[in-house]
Amino acid sequence: MTEHDVEHHDHTHVSPSELAAPADHSHSVAPTAPHLHPHEGHTRGTTAVIAEALRARGAAEPAVDFEGVCAGYFGRDVLDEVTFEVDRGDFVGIIGPNGSGKSTLLKAIAGIHPIECGAAWVLGAEPSDVDKRRIGYVPQAESVNWSFPVTVSDVVLMGRYGRLGLFRRPSVSDRAIVDQALAEVGMSQWRDSQIGQLSGGQQQRTFVARALVQEPDLLLLDEPIAGVDAASQHAIFTLLEKRNRAGTTIIASTHDLSCVATWFGKVLCLNHHVIAFGPPDEVLTRDTLAATFGSHPLLIGGQEEPRP
Amino acid sequence: MIHWLADPMQNAFMVRALVAATFIGLTCSVIGVFVVLRNLSFIGDGLAHASFAGIVIAYMMKANLYVGGLVVAVLTALGIGSIAKRSELSLDAAIGVLFTAAFALGVLLMSRARSYSSDLQDFLFGNILGVDRLDIILVVTLAAFVLAIVMLLYKELLFSSFDPVMAQASGLPTDFLYYLLLVLLAVTIIVSLQAAGIVLVAALLVTPAATAYQLTTRFGTMMVVSAVVGVVSSVGGLYLSYYLDAASGATIVLTATACFFMALLFSPRRRSLLSAVLASRRAAVRAR
Repeated sequence: MTEHDVEHHDHTHVSPSELAAPADHSHSVAPTAPHLHPHEGHTRGTTAVIAEALRARGAAEPAVDFEGVCAGYFGRDVLDEVTFEVDRGDFVGIIGPNGSGKSTLLKAIAGIHPIECGAAWVLGAEPSDVDKRRIGYVPQAESVNWSFPVTVSDVVLMGRYGRLGLFRRPSVSDRAIVDQALAEVGMSQWRDSQIGQLSGGQQQRTFVARALVQEPDLLLLDEPIAGVDAASQHAIFTLLEKRNRAGTTIIASTHDLSCVATWFGKVLCLNHHVIAFGPPDEVLTRDTLAATFGSHPLLIGGQEEPRP
Repeated sequence: MIHWLADPMQNAFMVRALVAATFIGLTCSVIGVFVVLRNLSFIGDGLAHASFAGIVIAYMMKANLYVGGLVVAVLTALGIGSIAKRSELSLDAAIGVLFTAAFALGVLLMSRARSYSSDLQDFLFGNILGVDRLDIILVVTLAAFVLAIVMLLYKELLFSSFDPVMAQASGLPTDFLYYLLLVLLAVTIIVSLQAAGIVLVAALLVTPAATAYQLTTRFGTMMVVSAVVGVVSSVGGLYLSYYLDAASGATIVLTATACFFMALLFSPRRRSLLSAVLASRRAAVRAR
């Protein structure tokens, strides 16, 4: 009797994350398993069956799994033994000073920057082998040639090119998806403007729209709110949050700490290696920020006092 | 007017020259759009100079001069592409070293060949009036090849030219497209040597596209306008050279230059672009 109580007691106090993992309560659902899986339930462990089912749906492996990854330019390591794991459906912010490896990390995840050591999996495959249609990537604004003769709708339509394949021209439905995305980011009225004529916020909204029409499972954004006014910042994050709730895993870099606690579910503090990774209230401490940004941390407005 | 246009046509060499000028003007101005937007004009100039070594070698071997130039230009284009991808050395410096060396080699070989050749001189300054039937076939075939590939890979070339990083992230073979563009550039230059020569061919590539760039904010429109400017200045320049009795290559180039300055004068784009650049500067300063 006492023993039973203890066991029961234990079960009511498992953490939510343990409850979500199939292994921890497999024996408690075992009696119903044969009904769910009439052919396999008797001969195989339910845990294995559930894990297999999850794998079959592509939901078992994490969105990003980096173990001891190094990467750099011309023999100089920018990323040094970077290890972290992003679950599906996470909304992760990468913070760190300029040159800390934020862009390189995003490019390594996107499979467009080679990894020199360690192991990396993105959506269950090596970054260079992932189906690129599943990854949306928004580059840093500085890397874009703003004087290029393309309009807003031209740029957004490029998001469909990866799905079209060689030689095929965009169809009516591709253009309809573009129109919808333009409306979603509030850029419909500027659709025929040359991209150099836009404000910083409008430019970023255009590039976010381009990533959205890709309909990616994993969305990577490099400094999406750099040089963007407050209204556009809010619009971009609201949009990303909506996509995140619909199931898209999102990883964005920023050096604007004021938005981190508000919008991101998890924060990765990066300075060539991972300083800290977790929910904002655990990660955004004075010590980790000092370790991330060195002796001159960019403190979060109102949350931290200036250092003496 | 009809007489003005028809009279030169009574000469067979002039008919051949007009056919060649049309195709050269068209191909150069279409590829030129990528040259201008991707800052490849120095590479184009260098490839033209490097091809001279191949032309002289082919001349000494009594082979087809175009084929000699084409082989060297394509190999150099691929070599320069891989330097651009891998090296820490600045691309301009690498081009400056390699292309001048190849050109110097051509001059050295020509000086050793002794028999002074006006054929080779034509490649330096261009002599479109000297094209023969075989040249025409070669020009039209290569031009059709270049234009067909640009049409087939239009959206891929556009995407990877505008935003190579994002294009690569979407799974486009951006390295392949870059090398392909360099090869198309090499082929175009060889096709155009007969018209403008090594020294002036860069103008055929850059000027029509730069003219179109002043007049439009759409990529497709820029390509069409560039093609029109390219053909009009090639054909118009050829007629002018006929009546002025002036060197054809130089007249064609200066006709295109005149188009460029007219476009600059009437450009609706420059003011708006300038203000956009200033606005984004201000935004960046505010963000800091």
